[in-house]
Amino acid sequence: MAMMDFLTTRKDELVGWVRKFSLFPYPFVTACCGMEFMSVSSTLYDTDRFGAALPRFTPRQSDLLMVVGTITHKEAPVIKKVYDQMCEPKWVLAFGACATSGGFYRNYAVLQGVDKNIPVDIYVPGCPPRPEMVIDAIMKLQDRIAGDRHPIFPFEKQDEVKL
Amino acid sequence: MAYESIKTELNGLFENAGDSFGMLVLELAAENLLPLVTRLKEEFGFALFLDVTAVDYPERQPRFEVVYHFYAVKHNKRLRLRTRVPEADPTVATLTRLYGSANFMEREVHEMYGIKFAGNKDLRPILLYEGFVGHPLRKDYPIDREQPLVEYRTSG
Amino acid sequence: MLVNLGPSHPATHGTIQVIAELDGETVKKADIHCGYLHRGFEKQAEHHNYHKIIPYTDRLNYCSSLNNNFAYAATVEALLGIEITPRCKYLRTLLAEYNRIADHVTCIAATVMELGAMTAFLYLMTIRDYIFEHLNHLTGARLTYSYVRIGGMARDLPEGWLERLEEILKFYERYIKRIHGLLDRNRIFIDRTRNTGVLSTEQALHWGYTGPILRSTGAAIDIRKDAPYLAYDELEFEVPVGIKGDNYDRYYVRMCEMDQSVSMVRQLIKLLPDGPLNVQDHRVVLPEKERVYVETESVINHFKIIMEGIQVPAGEVYLSHEAPNGELGFYLVSDGSGRPYKLHVRGPSFLHMGGMHTLLEGYQLADVIATFGSMNMIGGECDR
Repeated sequence: MAMMDFLTTRKDELVGWVRKFSLFPYPFVTACCGMEFMSVSSTLYDTDRFGAALPRFTPRQSDLLMVVGTITHKEAPVIKKVYDQMCEPKWVLAFGACATSGGFYRNYAVLQGVDKNIPVDIYVPGCPPRPEMVIDAIMKLQDRIAGDRHPIFPFEKQDEVKL
Repeated sequence: MAYESIKTELNGLFENAGDSFGMLVLELAAENLLPLVTRLKEEFGFALFLDVTAVDYPERQPRFEVVYHFYAVKHNKRLRLRTRVPEADPTVATLTRLYGSANFMEREVHEMYGIKFAGNKDLRPILLYEGFVGHPLRKDYPIDREQPLVEYRTSG
Repeated sequence: MLVNLGPSHPATHGTIQVIAELDGETVKKADIHCGYLHRGFEKQAEHHNYHKIIPYTDRLNYCSSLNNNFAYAATVEALLGIEITPRCKYLRTLLAEYNRIADHVTCIAATVMELGAMTAFLYLMTIRDYIFEHLNHLTGARLTYSYVRIGGMARDLPEGWLERLEEILKFYERYIKRIHGLLDRNRIFIDRTRNTGVLSTEQALHWGYTGPILRSTGAAIDIRKDAPYLAYDELEFEVPVGIKGDNYDRYYVRMCEMDQSVSMVRQLIKLLPDGPLNVQDHRVVLPEKERVYVETESVINHFKIIMEGIQVPAGEVYLSHEAPNGELGFYLVSDGSGRPYKLHVRGPSFLHMGGMHTLLEGYQLADVIATFGSMNMIGGECDR
């Protein structure tokens, strides 16, 4: 039995390792944070080292939705549609103060945080955040992805350890 | 061409002429807008239509003031036109036949203030969305009245 | 067939929707839907003091925030009747040109990346990152600086800033030679951009184009030459104009403007005078901290400026600067209190989008990408 536990934890680690180092982001870029996203994907602060460089501009083929910039009420149906079109497993990174909580725009047009419409896994504050913060966020997200459990056998589903 | 020649030749089409930091400002009635702008474009060379916007004075009658800015490329001179429209019938002639750039700007003024541009068939909302009720830049629209299109999540 | 190039673009250009009616590959009719980034700048400005609006102006054309800051501050200073100090004037001109380089670099980088030139994109991003880090040393932020204050600037230049500036300009020249080598006579680039998105001068004026797009049609219209503001009348520079008004001309006009900006920055480094940075006007500028800690009058002055804001006399003004995209105008109506009664931004990108359908119709679907990139539509300026 201990052998089975050992194998299933190794299986979980393998799946986690594969998933975390091959993230396909969908950069939903709207505003100023997009400039920092371009910087963080370029040579000086590289996301390619973390496996998260190749953006897939279609929700069907991506697994990390990066909400970069302000989401207005006009844009909210679009982002909801894009999120719904993504397949499991999917994660959402709210990039910047505007995506996290509306930023310093408190008016009739701005959605006060994208988590009012879609669930967010990791928030990056900043206006715009420094590229190092984005890389830190991606690394924390990778830790969370690595720690996910993927129970397939019946005995695994008994006591799930959620990290 | 100096501002003096504009004032003398177009006398009768505007009510007041003033100066604002070196720019000529003409105040006129809403009916004279289209003839005045046509003459400005054809005779005085105001080929670039810079801007149209509106200001809301809720205590004054007429309530809205529509403000236009023009630029004469050949003579390097700018010009401002101001006209007032009441709240009951906020209509002003459209400039889309003279300047193509007027289209987007008039759509914005229409949705933000409710000012109608007679002759502009395409007054769809441009910065706001279909289904938005009200005119946000009026002084009586509270700033944080949001009209969300997607329902908010309750938990997750 | 209707094709929707939806608001979520592969181009990191911002969010705008183009609904194109196609006949095969040719675009018959294009309808531009903007407004997906409307953040209520004007309404927000009516509820804030004049200083609190400065971060909002940063985020209008976020690639060159300092230009917006300076245009806004000049508008308020015109109504206040303040004349800025010589050092502030030259420093604002220097930073405006420096940020113009960053903006044009971003535009060209994004455009050529869309056409497939990843190498040029990475080179240009490196230049831009060095500029950002350098401005971070000065202002504290990489992208949205909020560096201006009404009547002056937030703080003076630190030690060694001008030496590093010269290093970055040399680095820029080395790398720009590579970009010229990669793109100027590149067969693929010329095929994609020559004779696509052609614009004539009367068409441009009819649809309200200003800035590099108008200059690429052949008209040398530039506010820095026609109605000089800040220190532009003391600088020697040329205004590059194009020949045909197509995408290649817009790319080349921007490259030439960057070189002109570099030469202007070098002239300004020599011309920069010493002296006070902020104007000595107690209505507007905060008193120095040493006096605030000691004198009651300074404490009260500081308190009133922070809590009530600057009291701008009633009136109206329209002032425009030559932003990297075109004529950026601010129309300010003040009623005498500490908040503007109305602050309207004439954003050049908004008008460019109004006329862009004429540049898309008749061309192929793939040309939409090249044309759209060369327009440099910045969402913050278009939708405000």
